[in-house]
Amino acid sequence: MLPELGQFSLILAFCLSILLGSLPIVGASTNNLLWMSLARPLAAGIFVFLAISILILTYAFATDDFSVQFVAQHSNSLLPTRYKLTAVWGGHEGSFLLWTFMLSGWMLAVAIFSKSMPLDFVARVLGVLGMLCVGYILFMLATSNPFDRIVPLPPADGADLNSALQDFGFIIHPPTLYMGYVGFSVVFAFAIAALLSGRLDAAWARWSRPWANVAWAILTIGIALGSWWAYYELGWGGWWAWDPVENPPLITWLFGTALIHSLAVTEKRGVFKSWTVLLAILAFSGSLLGTFITRSGLLTSVHAFASDPGRGVFILAILGISVGGSLLLFALRAPLMKSEFGFEPLSREIFLLANNVLLVVAAASVFLGTLFPMVYQALTDDLISIGPPYFNAIFVPLMGILVVLLGIGPITRWKKTSLVFLTSQLSKVAMLSVVLGVVIPLVIVLRFSFAATITIVLAAWILLSMLRDIKNKTANKPDLRSGLKALSGSYYGMQLAHIGVVVMMIGVALTSSFSAEKSVLLAPGESIDLGDYQFQFNGTLPVSGPNYIGDEATFIVTKAGNPVTELHPQRRLYLASGTPSTEMAIDAGILRDIFITLGEVKENGAWSMTIYIKPFIRWVWLGAILMACGGMLAAADKRYRRLRSRSEEKAVNSGRAGLRTAT
Amino acid sequence: MKPHRKKKLAIIAFIALGMSAAAGLTLFALSQNINMFYSPTQIANGEVASDLHFRIGGMVKAGSVEKSQDSLKVNFVTTDFVNDVPIQYEGILPDLFREGQGVVAEGALSAQGIFVATKVLAKHDENYMSPEVKAAMEAAGASPQNHSGLSEQ
Repeated sequence: MLPELGQFSLILAFCLSILLGSLPIVGASTNNLLWMSLARPLAAGIFVFLAISILILTYAFATDDFSVQFVAQHSNSLLPTRYKLTAVWGGHEGSFLLWTFMLSGWMLAVAIFSKSMPLDFVARVLGVLGMLCVGYILFMLATSNPFDRIVPLPPADGADLNSALQDFGFIIHPPTLYMGYVGFSVVFAFAIAALLSGRLDAAWARWSRPWANVAWAILTIGIALGSWWAYYELGWGGWWAWDPVENPPLITWLFGTALIHSLAVTEKRGVFKSWTVLLAILAFSGSLLGTFITRSGLLTSVHAFASDPGRGVFILAILGISVGGSLLLFALRAPLMKSEFGFEPLSREIFLLANNVLLVVAAASVFLGTLFPMVYQALTDDLISIGPPYFNAIFVPLMGILVVLLGIGPITRWKKTSLVFLTSQLSKVAMLSVVLGVVIPLVIVLRFSFAATITIVLAAWILLSMLRDIKNKTANKPDLRSGLKALSGSYYGMQLAHIGVVVMMIGVALTSSFSAEKSVLLAPGESIDLGDYQFQFNGTLPVSGPNYIGDEATFIVTKAGNPVTELHPQRRLYLASGTPSTEMAIDAGILRDIFITLGEVKENGAWSMTIYIKPFIRWVWLGAILMACGGMLAAADKRYRRLRSRSEEKAVNSGRAGLRTAT
Repeated sequence: MKPHRKKKLAIIAFIALGMSAAAGLTLFALSQNINMFYSPTQIANGEVASDLHFRIGGMVKAGSVEKSQDSLKVNFVTTDFVNDVPIQYEGILPDLFREGQGVVAEGALSAQGIFVATKVLAKHDENYMSPEVKAAMEAAGASPQNHSGLSEQ
């Protein structure tokens, strides 16, 4: 009975979405106040019914209701409760419900935090999001209903959740990634609303900015969580595989990064308007592309859901209608988006433009590499794949240039910056960076390394020019402390995110250049050296968990005779599905990770295993966290709230004035 | 030409230059990094050049996996139920590698006609057959459903 209620609730949400996708938008163009004011309650209603829907599905998992096909396919009575509750997003149908629910969550947030915006704008934004909801829920009802029953004979037990997914990473990575992904729909809706109303002004950019920053920050965390999870769960020691399903979030993220920078120019200087709108559309398309690729089964990937061509066609239709429609609207409204080029060839605008060009080119080349095999197959019938070397060859130089410019951009001024000023500011910084880059690796590891030198030169370049900029910005204050206090939250947000870039760059460069790994066969009692460490294998003991059995090994790790740590990797066999799974053991550290994955046991009792040493790997994710914090900090800038409270005051005052005249 | 037009033109030229440099670089990198994919039948027909680095896909033939007991060497046979190709690999096989299941290996053919793999990938989802393996099966005219060991679905 309950699953049917869940489906009914989904249908109700669908009906409300149809209303939301039509009435407020029509109301906004015909100036019908009643229809416009329906937007907020309708958005709240959709949220409530989708919440009921997803709760009922979760309940079906919690109570082992295997008559529901989706539950039977993705759960098992022995599955630990935390995975039962989260197995909702362990397969296509449920994860799409989560996706749609996330969208309704963002809609609710827009409905609540939009008091400072004019009603017609809010009505249009929510209307556009409502239309998306119509497409998503229709997709679920038509092709992938999570509440489908197995009639007449439900199985006695479920097929179990994929053993690779039974991990903490699975609990947090998909929801975070989806939340970030879907967040760009909001920025997209703002852009479309602005196009519809023909009001592409600084106010629109200012309203969009906090939303874009928050969505971007969450997406950053979502991608980083995925990378961290793949690193410790999949057991191949990598943190990024250029997998066809990892790439769309990255494409979205690159467009999103370009977007938050371009929005800054649009808000402050009123230029790049059409470009900003286009980026909002592109970032949103990236998120839909990700859905399309995972759910259509077109590409081989660790993320691919079991495929069904009908679903692929449906998502392609949603993609085509929303992206095609918005591009058409964009073309029709292009004459509105004229902006004057009131800046010189050397100015902050130009540096931000360069940032945008580099990021968009990077996104485009990732896009090309991801879709090329599909296109190639369609044209020639031959199957090919594009490996990491392609992506590295393109991505690394582009990001290198970006990082060099990142040292200059923030120090430049709007409109016009003189070359003399820049040289006077940055020549010392440049020289000092080079000196540090050569000296630091020599001091620490006593040998010259090209990769380490380049990394440290670039890191010092950004950090020193950042200090220089802070010094400039606080120069006219009596002392440093009051100067620092006067700087805005969004300024600190920017600098924090840029520090995140530096930290991530150090992590990526050093872990790629200095990692070591070795696959060996060791009998109990044997030991082996890797890097500066010695690994002593002390045999295995049997272990068992709620739904698996396995072996646990013991390793004593020492460095020059001194104990470092003890590691216990496991080899598990999941009972319901019969799949083996390796649980690696990690000794995580700020300067290096050591980890061991267990292979299998041979007849003579020796085990195959792989031992890895990964220097600075944590910095990759630490950098992402700093970037996300920077984005959040910028979004929380008092500026956005002050504007709101001022307009609220105005509303209250005018209300009072009205009352006074009435009395 | 008016100054603001000039500026606009400069910016457009700047973008176009960047884009075309990027496009050139991208296409070059792309052409250097294509991995072709072949099925055992295509290999048996001699469609593969001898020194090519490529991917092969098929099923792991039941009973063909031989693991060395004193090293990490593994030999197995991949099949599309029409032709077989022996594969040699040194390393740890992925968790989901099993006899009678789909597999994709990356490497090159040796002079003896053995495929020496540098990487072995097994599919990730129980109910999911990689499109590459599926295509290889279909191309060889074999329907996987007719073969024992594959009827798990």
